[in-house]
Amino acid sequence: MIDENMRQTIEGLIKKFPCRDSAVVPSLSYIQKVKGHISENDMEDLAIILQFPEARIFSAASFYSMLKLMPKARYHIQVCTNVSCSLVETETLFDHISGKLGIGEGEITPDGLFSLESVECLGSCGYAPAMMVNSEHYENLNFKKADEIIELIIKEFTGKYP
Amino acid sequence: MEEIKRSGLRGRGGAGFPTGMKWSFAKADPKFPKYLLCNADEGEPGTFKDRPILEKNPHLLIEGMVISGYVLGSEYGYIYLRGEYPAAADILNAAIKQAYEANYLGDNINGKGVKFHLAVHQGAGAYICGEETALIESIEGKKGQPRNKPPFPVNVGAWSMPTIVNNVETLSNLPYIIEIGGEAYSNIGSKECPGPKLFCVSGHVKKPGVYELPMGTNLKDIIYIHAGGIRDGGKLKAVIPGGISTPVLPADAIDCAMDFVAMPKAGSMLGSGAVIVMDDSVCMVRVAYRALKFFEHESCGKCVPCREGTDWLRKVLARVEKGKGKDGDIELLSDIAEIMMGRTFCPLGDGAAGVVMGMIKHFKNEFEEHIKNGRCALSC
Ligand code: FES
Repeated sequence: MIDENMRQTIEGLIKKFPCRDSAVVPSLSYIQKVKGHISENDMEDLAIILQFPEARIFSAASFYSMLKLMPKARYHIQVCTNVSCSLVETETLFDHISGKLGIGEGEITPDGLFSLESVECLGSCGYAPAMMVNSEHYENLNFKKADEIIELIIKEFTGKYP
Repeated sequence: MEEIKRSGLRGRGGAGFPTGMKWSFAKADPKFPKYLLCNADEGEPGTFKDRPILEKNPHLLIEGMVISGYVLGSEYGYIYLRGEYPAAADILNAAIKQAYEANYLGDNINGKGVKFHLAVHQGAGAYICGEETALIESIEGKKGQPRNKPPFPVNVGAWSMPTIVNNVETLSNLPYIIEIGGEAYSNIGSKECPGPKLFCVSGHVKKPGVYELPMGTNLKDIIYIHAGGIRDGGKLKAVIPGGISTPVLPADAIDCAMDFVAMPKAGSMLGSGAVIVMDDSVCMVRVAYRALKFFEHESCGKCVPCREGTDWLRKVLARVEKGKGKDGDIELLSDIAEIMMGRTFCPLGDGAAGVVMGMIKHFKNEFEEHIKNGRCALSC
């Protein structure tokens, strides 16, 4: 469901462009930002607001890799495994984090706190290895630093170290 | 316009098309409104040159876009920003707001009767949207798949109107050109493609980072003088000079000027100026495989040679890398790459094919070892 408040914001996005269609991706990103993911219901509502076929919205939503149609964890970790990063061992960084959290590619921890994904270049190649947690970039990583970042989140959440 | 032409500025996105010429096409088209799109979809692996401009100096880009809008007769500009740069989005939006408040953007800029409006459109993760027609499709709310050319965007672009798509770095050069004049600008760097250029160096160097140097700086100097040479006492093995889509150069071929004219002669391309440096601990078969995994993932699926070609290249490279390669796999790879070359809808397919061809040309022995012994001398 898209409520009145969200509808207003989406109308604002529409106004930025010469035609309503252009607001598809920004609106979807916005819905995801608010709700964590994009449900079928949301897409139906968005189709009504933007006044065009649901199929077009679904086609865009499924094309872009950052738009998620399934629920995500609260903290989505994306580790870059592209060439510049893997030259300085991110594939092992990915395995390390995966081992620490006990989840693999695309999986979510049982408590819904973390999900993990290996991704393409994040634009941090000179400061590799790099990863993103939600919208935050972390650079020049090593196992210890990655552990600290994860533990900090856990601590913030449960008030105690694992 | 004359000043821009005189400067000799060429697009910094990768193709190196003369900016003044591109602009004159759009200006000559009688249709209005005209749109100016800034390509900030920096997704070419190895490239991180636009991010510092976007995050640290957004007003430079805004100024460049206002100047461009004025020259082109365009009143609306959009910055197509990649989804992976959320911090840059906040910074740009704040900077645009400041510019509106200071009357550097709006209906009557500084009371001079010039109108220019600017907004950010954020993508959502698709490398292909760095291709200009795919970017246009995407900003129109569709899947980011390239369009057939012609018609070219300069005539029929975004919302079917004449549209200029320029890279962040290109547009950020404009304030400087206007300040010092096209003539003076054209004296910097190489004769055929003048101006300063941002080079981003990553991989096994002592000082990775973004370096602003005159166009045509020697690749060897970029690595050894500016980036401090190879780290941890390693020996240089190979360099990918312009982002992952450009063919690899072996260590003995790096004594060449980094510009749009000299690089093709050396067997590669300037691309985005993203220099990826690899020392002798790197297995080239693995790099080739990783690169193809990327291309296969990012192929938009519109044309057959690219969609199928990248998939097969990745599959064959995967088995070679794992030591399960068969006799004839090298020929098979070259064959697929040759069929793709020049036959795909947009440059993504050519890039993928070129990468494989370059790897096989310079490091065939490693592929042979992988097939024969199941691994290479680096024991991977
Ligand atoms: S290759 Fe990892 S951030 Fe660019």
